[in-house]
Amino acid sequence: MAVAEVMRRTWAMTWKDVRVELRARERMNAMLFFAALILFIFNFALGPDLSKLREAAPGLLWLAFLFTGMLGLGRSFQAERENGCFEELLLTPGDRESLYFGKLAGNILFMVMAEALILPLFAILYNLEIWSALPGLFVVALLGTVGFSTIGTLLAAMTAHLRAREVMLPLLLFPLTVPVILGSVKATEALLSGAGLAGAGHWVKLLGGFDVVFLVVCPLAFEFVLEE
Amino acid sequence: MGPTRVGRTLGALAGLCVAVGLYLGLVAAPPDATQGEVQRIMYLHVPSILTAYAAFTATFVASALYLWRRDARADAVAVSSAEVGVVFTGIALATGSIWGKSTWGVWWTWDARLTLTAILFTIYVGYLMLRAFAEEPQAAARYGAVLAILGFFDIPLNHLAVQWWRTLHQPSSLIRPGGPSIDPALLVPLLVNLAGLLLLCGYYVVERTRLEQMRQRAMALRLMRGRRG
Repeated sequence: MAVAEVMRRTWAMTWKDVRVELRARERMNAMLFFAALILFIFNFALGPDLSKLREAAPGLLWLAFLFTGMLGLGRSFQAERENGCFEELLLTPGDRESLYFGKLAGNILFMVMAEALILPLFAILYNLEIWSALPGLFVVALLGTVGFSTIGTLLAAMTAHLRAREVMLPLLLFPLTVPVILGSVKATEALLSGAGLAGAGHWVKLLGGFDVVFLVVCPLAFEFVLEE
Repeated sequence: MGPTRVGRTLGALAGLCVAVGLYLGLVAAPPDATQGEVQRIMYLHVPSILTAYAAFTATFVASALYLWRRDARADAVAVSSAEVGVVFTGIALATGSIWGKSTWGVWWTWDARLTLTAILFTIYVGYLMLRAFAEEPQAAARYGAVLAILGFFDIPLNHLAVQWWRTLHQPSSLIRPGGPSIDPALLVPLLVNLAGLLLLCGYYVVERTRLEQMRQRAMALRLMRGRRG
């Protein structure tokens, strides 16, 4: 009963964000264009030597994922603030947890959608053979995205109220998500070298563990962030 | 209000202890068999990082206390010990870098423990910046407390991830199962220095907390005057 109620409220929150996005399209458009741009920039940063780029591919891929994801995370609460909707959000009945999980689900969804564009584009632009590793990459990308977004959603809610909020989100987010970033890059490296999910096994398990810890701690902390 | 008696006592003890510790470490202790004189930097390096850990632990405890009791004093302690902890982490990074240059041949290497310390440093610098950018004092205290707790929980995760990634730093010879693996001639100066830096840290935190409480009062007074006028 109670669980169903939380689920319903969480879904309402996520659906609201998705619907806003479907109508305004401000977040997704910015994210996708930025993602394409960053892939384009890698070419200038590393020169035309494709072998060098292929070596750095796991790290570059995650740089593109994370920077793009961060752009979306920042918008998730700033948009509420700019439209004066924060107080109304707080007035929604029920636990703050459903608010958090609702926002989180939206953020994960948007980030995964951006990744779904980045990955094939990256492979095409730089002539990478990723197609056989695709199922594994999907698992790793999802785990990494969940870990990054759980902390990111909490920090986005926090930094939305700060001066210099655009600067503060990455400054707080990246140091705290180092374990997730490291795990994701290492697992991706193993996958791209053709080791398969079994080869990336221990990093994948570690990522899963981090996700669980963050999923427990962050909703609890969220209660304290959204007090007015 | 001037320094309290606790503050003055801590300060005097810290001064004494650090002076004796530095004499023992830099003059009295024998040079290292393989590393020579440069190894003496250990007497500052190791106590610094341990002191920083102690300070960040204090930040964590004070932050949890603040969220529970909403006591402005707990918040003052949290921000003060975080600041002092950042300074000691900085000292540990700098001395470690110098030590590394002469024994490993490089200023910096992405070894597990170095990386971990750098992450620690960035988390708490972020904490101080977060507080500086908050628009009202209560928000600064609350966000700060949440971040301090989150950061503290993040440290073991970082530890795990980075350990799997790489290790070059010599293993801990002070805190380990089975007691310290270090010669008493080196251990005594090390422990005296550790006591000295811990006292110094305590002194700084006490004084900084006093300043913070004065700042809190000044802010409250200014706010009151603003409302009235």
